[in-house]
Amino acid sequence: MKKLMWLTAVAVAVVGFGAAEAQQTPQTQTPRKGGTVRMTAPYGGSLTSLDIHTSPRAQDDIAGKILHRTLYNWDSAKAQPALELAKEVAVSGDGMVYTYKLLDNAYFHNGRRMTADDIIWSYTRIMDPTKGFPGARYVRFIKGAVDVEKGAAKEISGLRKIDDFTVEMTLAERVNPGLLFFVGVTAILPKEEVEKGNFNSNPVGLGPFKFVEHVPGSRLVTERWEKFYKPGKPYADKVIVLIMGEAAARDVAFRNKEIDTSILGPVQYVAYMADPVLSKGILEVAEMFTRSMVMNQASIKPFQDKRVRQAINHAIDAELIVKRLAKDKAYRAASWLPSSSPAFDKAMKPYAFDPEKAKKLLAEAGYPNGFEFEWTTSPNESWGLPIVEAVLPMLNRVGIKAKPKLIETTVLTETAMKGTFEAYIGSNVTGPDSLATLKCFHSKTPRTACNYTAFNNAEFDKTLDAAGQAADPEKQLELIRTANAILYDEAPVWFFNYNKAVMAYQPWLHGLQANPTELAHQYPEELWVDERSPVK
Amino acid sequence: MLLVLVRRVGNMVPTLAAVIALIFVLFSVIPGSFMSGLGDDGRTMDPAVMERMRKEMGLDQPLLERFVKYAGATLVGDLGTSFRTREPVTKLIAGRLWPSLKLTMAAMLVAMAIGIPLGFVAALRPGSLVDTVSMVGAVSGLSLPKFWLGLLLMYFFALQLKWLPSFGYGDGGLTHLILPAIALGVSPLALLARTTRAAVLDVLNADFVRTARSKGMSERRVVTWHVMRNALVLVVTTVGLQFGSLMGQAVVVEKLFSWPGLGSLLVDSVFQRDIPAVQGCILVFVLFFLVINTLVDLAYVAIDPRIRYG
Repeated sequence: MKKLMWLTAVAVAVVGFGAAEAQQTPQTQTPRKGGTVRMTAPYGGSLTSLDIHTSPRAQDDIAGKILHRTLYNWDSAKAQPALELAKEVAVSGDGMVYTYKLLDNAYFHNGRRMTADDIIWSYTRIMDPTKGFPGARYVRFIKGAVDVEKGAAKEISGLRKIDDFTVEMTLAERVNPGLLFFVGVTAILPKEEVEKGNFNSNPVGLGPFKFVEHVPGSRLVTERWEKFYKPGKPYADKVIVLIMGEAAARDVAFRNKEIDTSILGPVQYVAYMADPVLSKGILEVAEMFTRSMVMNQASIKPFQDKRVRQAINHAIDAELIVKRLAKDKAYRAASWLPSSSPAFDKAMKPYAFDPEKAKKLLAEAGYPNGFEFEWTTSPNESWGLPIVEAVLPMLNRVGIKAKPKLIETTVLTETAMKGTFEAYIGSNVTGPDSLATLKCFHSKTPRTACNYTAFNNAEFDKTLDAAGQAADPEKQLELIRTANAILYDEAPVWFFNYNKAVMAYQPWLHGLQANPTELAHQYPEELWVDERSPVK
Repeated sequence: MLLVLVRRVGNMVPTLAAVIALIFVLFSVIPGSFMSGLGDDGRTMDPAVMERMRKEMGLDQPLLERFVKYAGATLVGDLGTSFRTREPVTKLIAGRLWPSLKLTMAAMLVAMAIGIPLGFVAALRPGSLVDTVSMVGAVSGLSLPKFWLGLLLMYFFALQLKWLPSFGYGDGGLTHLILPAIALGVSPLALLARTTRAAVLDVLNADFVRTARSKGMSERRVVTWHVMRNALVLVVTTVGLQFGSLMGQAVVVEKLFSWPGLGSLLVDSVFQRDIPAVQGCILVFVLFFLVINTLVDLAYVAIDPRIRYG
């Protein structure tokens, strides 16, 4: 019977996400050298590219973290970016000029030492006006980068080499460069290897493991880079990334001890938590993704009224949906910024489920009999059609009739950018840069750049502008918190949930980090396997 | 025989041309683009970068102009550059073709090695236990979804019995091939068993078989000389059709078993709107189907010289 139940769970298992508490692997043992770590790439059937500058997909950055390195890393324990390729940084009084003392022992996998030229070349490449490198959105914050992007300059004027291991970065506006340059698409690459023309097949980076083999659609094999700049690291001899888009297949492979990690969907989460053995190897984190129903104020008149938007938030029993459909693999959202954001206000409580209040608000707004709208959705199980179907009767109860319109997930972004929707449900990255995240609701932000709701609120704009100008980080954080509170009150979206990412890991694997920016992104130099690992 | 080959190859040209045009138009009009697909995991895409990507990939050019370029390049074997990997599509396909062919051939081998003898034996003993069991099995095999069957195989042979790995390509050896080949091969196996049974039964009741028996020919000789040979035409047709379409059917199995074939490449390319890669993959599937069917046509002539193509 147990087997039958397990089979049933396997049959219906699909990939998914959820939200919440961080949990670190116990680190009481001394790391063991050697062995093989077998990670999984769960977001699709292949890696897009090993030239990490070309792909912003989370799937590709799993490999990116193994092979490549960025100027900063994300420090999951401190929940902030940390210098990675530099020993120290000096910041000018106005916060606009950053002078980095680079590591003098960082070697590319071809044996050449990294210098300031590599930083400058990599960032300049990203701004190439003839190419669409996704990292341009981050490098653009460096002074003069836009000129390169427009083809008006060949070099980024805000980047200056002082000596081989010192580089000066002048910003175009006051931002924390750590929040920009920890992202995989801004990795530092060796010019001579990229220019050979087969970099995608033979990637060379600064990461703790060097490329051995890539079987597209199946696996990536890497081995320890002996000249990695962190003493004693990496621990493992090899890291293999197994590309496994099917959750059910991952489940079998994990139980069969063929893989060391697996990202779990809601169904598996329940099954694993109920299992006395498997439940001991679960890592959870509140990822920086917010799921919501975006209301297009430009296309539906009722959505222009704050009371209507609030009514929708009161009309839906999100708690019930999180419990029943998301199987508790999510956290109820209070506002836009996720609970893992430093600007999250812990005192903020989600909208209460109160249909009577919703009806009252609708009546006050002039819609006592409700209204109709078309709700665009993808088939996604965690933030798509199943959720919409559960919400429809709740909205109907207060007189709002929503008509679902199913589209492919691939089309969702395009639909949002074009504004060809009345409302849509989706999942958005909401961190770690809280300021940039909230800018999606600034009235000057065009729809194509992420103001999908056509939100326009003078008080919000003013608060956010002040946050952007604040030199004092504490003051800035407070202003961001205030802006987030305005969003809570204005409710430009239905705040559904924050993703709880869940990773199952084998008992012999240690050193995992509860990375809220993406749990599947691990810094593999920290990973090690003890003698129980079946792979020697 | 040569004339048949020339005619069949000639017939392939308009089919391929139609397929090329159809795929191009279809993927040019459906919503979504590679650029928007990059943001489908919730990461907001930068409009300026998206615009540059559009230009880099030539998507800013008029549809007709793009089609003329695409068709011209395809004629000389250039399938374009993948949006995702920025590598030639021919290189992508070349890397995935052998695993796909290997899986398809292994699945077909499983189907033929079991399905044909099973159908034969069932036909020779109609109504027997062998016949009943094999036909019930055949119907079950035809109705089982490949995904579910694959999971069952993983569960029993990998997780419970620990005989075989549950997924992956390994070093390309037999151990990793067995489960996906069975998962893919069961459906054609079932069809072949049923078709063979029907074909053999049909021939067994034919006048020339009765005549052969009445002339005192041994049953063994009747079966091998008359029945097998005549039933083979229908069996070969089924083998050809199944073999030709099996590569396309392998999509689910490849995804489930993390098999690095064309099927999984196609699925990822469709979801990410990597149009050149999609076009390339479909072209290979169609070409494979046409080639196999041409070979089947040639096989007819070899099996039964009475068959003529006008």
